[in-house]
Amino acid sequence: MSRKDQKWSIRRRLGIQLSVIAALLSIAFYLTVRTVAEQAAADTQDSILAASATSIADALYSERGAIRLELPYSALSMLGTISEDQVFYRVVAKDITLTGYDDLSIPDTSQNQRDVVFETTIYRGVQVRAVAMSRAVSTGNQAQEVTVVVAQTRLGLAATSSRISSTATAVAVGFFLVVTALSLLAAQSAVAPLNRLTQSVTRRGPKDLRPVVTETPRELVPLVDALNSFMGRLRFSLTRSEEFIAEAAHRIRTPLATVRTQAEVLYRQMKQPDNKKSVREIIRAVDESSRSAGQLLDHAMVSLRADQLETREIDLTYLMRDASDRLAPTSDLKDIHLKLDLPSHGCKIMGDLILLQSAVRNILDNSIKYSPEDSSILIRLADDEEYHLMFIDEGRGFESSNPQNLVKRFTRGSNVSDVIGSGLGLTIADEVARAHNGRLEITANKDGPGTCVSLVLPYS
Amino acid sequence: MRFARFTLFLSVFLSSLSMANAFESEQQRTYSAQNAQETLRIISTADIDVFEPIIYAFQRQNPNVNIDYVVASSTELMRAIYEENLPFDLAISSAMDLQTKLANDGFARTYSSEATDTMPGWAKWRNQLFGFTQEPAVLVISEADFLQTPIPTTRDELIELLRNNSEKFDGRVGTYDVRTSGLGYLFATQDSRNTEAFWRLTEVMGRLNTRLYCCSGEMITDVASGKIALAYNVLGSYAASRLHNTAGIVIVPLDDYLSVMLRTAVIPSEANNPEGAGLMIDFLVGLKANTDLSASTGLPPIDKEALQAESAMRPIQFGPGLLVFLDKMRRETFLRSWVNSITQD
Repeated sequence: MSRKDQKWSIRRRLGIQLSVIAALLSIAFYLTVRTVAEQAAADTQDSILAASATSIADALYSERGAIRLELPYSALSMLGTISEDQVFYRVVAKDITLTGYDDLSIPDTSQNQRDVVFETTIYRGVQVRAVAMSRAVSTGNQAQEVTVVVAQTRLGLAATSSRISSTATAVAVGFFLVVTALSLLAAQSAVAPLNRLTQSVTRRGPKDLRPVVTETPRELVPLVDALNSFMGRLRFSLTRSEEFIAEAAHRIRTPLATVRTQAEVLYRQMKQPDNKKSVREIIRAVDESSRSAGQLLDHAMVSLRADQLETREIDLTYLMRDASDRLAPTSDLKDIHLKLDLPSHGCKIMGDLILLQSAVRNILDNSIKYSPEDSSILIRLADDEEYHLMFIDEGRGFESSNPQNLVKRFTRGSNVSDVIGSGLGLTIADEVARAHNGRLEITANKDGPGTCVSLVLPYS
Repeated sequence: MRFARFTLFLSVFLSSLSMANAFESEQQRTYSAQNAQETLRIISTADIDVFEPIIYAFQRQNPNVNIDYVVASSTELMRAIYEENLPFDLAISSAMDLQTKLANDGFARTYSSEATDTMPGWAKWRNQLFGFTQEPAVLVISEADFLQTPIPTTRDELIELLRNNSEKFDGRVGTYDVRTSGLGYLFATQDSRNTEAFWRLTEVMGRLNTRLYCCSGEMITDVASGKIALAYNVLGSYAASRLHNTAGIVIVPLDDYLSVMLRTAVIPSEANNPEGAGLMIDFLVGLKANTDLSASTGLPPIDKEALQAESAMRPIQFGPGLLVFLDKMRRETFLRSWVNSITQD
């Protein structure tokens, strides 16, 4: 996937599409309102013109064979009620103008069968709307066709239409703005479940492969299902490989124990110092291998259990004392003195006992391993907003290498090539700390040579 | 006026003296401004005596405008603008119908300013016709003739009075000759629209050998001299301006309704100085604020409150309705009916 593709945004695309739709609707609305309103205004003018022409036609009469007209006051005054437009009229019988403006053109009534004909034309340089109406007036024994034309300029109409246009424009613009704002909100809310899902997935720890249970809209269910099924397969595969490692470690450790016992028996029977030395090397190598296998086992267990902690109340002072007791034989071999500095009160947290034991054991084991003979290790539990489980040795320290790198799997310090080790000890402790929402801190000892490794655990 | 030297031309042009068919003016006078840069040519139906104070006041505000003032009857004014397209800058007339025709038929320029925008809607039309006075048509009676007789307050009472005292009023009633007077025709046609009593009144006046006049001034003079006892549809503003120097006349505003004529100004489309004309329109429209001036001219300015105070006042409505009685046939019919009623021969 290229970088350009990553910028593609559902929200933006949705927002733009909805805005375009809103713009089209606004334009359609504007045009519709304008057309309808202008048509209505034009119809109003037409009907008033028709009413005017009708009232003039009704006022036609004949007198001694001549057609006369008593122009009704209302015929023209009604045209002045809606606007201040100019008004023209003409009454024609047989091409002779009886009265009115004799240069006013007559809309062609012959084409149209209806008795009323409307026409928009130019009169005296101004656009006018004209209506023509024919009426037969009886003059003695014969009827004569009389045409009445009434015309009115369209300034009032233009004013109405511009007023309507500006109102329609204002409403359309307002509509567009409101709909666009709502569209953006809708786009925002449409992608919200996606964001929630993203957050719920990214918030997880690297080991958290539990199925996603966030409430998702129907459209995202296939994605979530696919994700869950993928994570299921991944977890299964991870579990299987961890199990494989545990199984392998276990299977190696058991025969190694046998080898060690046999080698020790052999050592005791040996007299030759050279041979004795060789066997002793064998025993040491077997010890290291056994220890590494133990750590692999621990690590596999930590990986497995970290996701599903079996928490219960644990007293950290007991935990520290227990670890000290268990590793006392190992430290005695190197004449390393383990000093305990524990608070008198109980320090209890909720945690997974097996994991914490494993973490503490590995840290202490590590400290013993890298401590010189005839030195001491201070095991201290500090209660300072959090619990600090500190193991301070008088070893060689970490020199220049970044202590935090040491928690990475199979990473060892730069100055320990002479000591056999797997590099898993601190990794295990770090993973346990994380599983308990804590952290592992590795610093130089403030009061002398050596290192301080702290397992920091928050209060439960 | 110290600064406004004016030359006076009191000239009566006869059609035989000027070009054939040319309009006839009654009076012309040029008011030269102190530092004249432009000339405003006004054609008006208002007498020079009436309008002169306005011209002086206008020139005080606009000292660089010469004013050429021509007096003509409303029909001659119409001819000058409508038929001869003479380049007058402003046409001022009391004949609202003819002025409306000018505007309707495209002989008027559109003008608007701050002053015209504040005018009430009924006092202007199309931004081409600007009314600046409101002058009612009233009944003027001779005080001497009504010492014992009750003064009529409505047209019905007037008809009643004339019917019951035909000997007393025979030959002693006056009104406009609507055939010659544009204003008289306007008042009469509005009367015919407003009340059924108009034709009865005309009939009654016809039986009394009513005298017909061209102008309000003459009617007022004859009432004052006792030649006639009452004059109907006299221009109230003229009568009011004569009250202080004319004894024995009483102005009777009838209660049923009073037709109110708005004197209007129009800028003809052929105007050479429409800007100057606009200044004059602004000045005329603002007449209400200038009480001294309206008092000295006797022209009551447009005043909504005054109209509301006198509920009988009915300003004649602008609009195409005013064109109806200018229709050739309608005019013929109306005049025939009127002549038949008023002459009774």
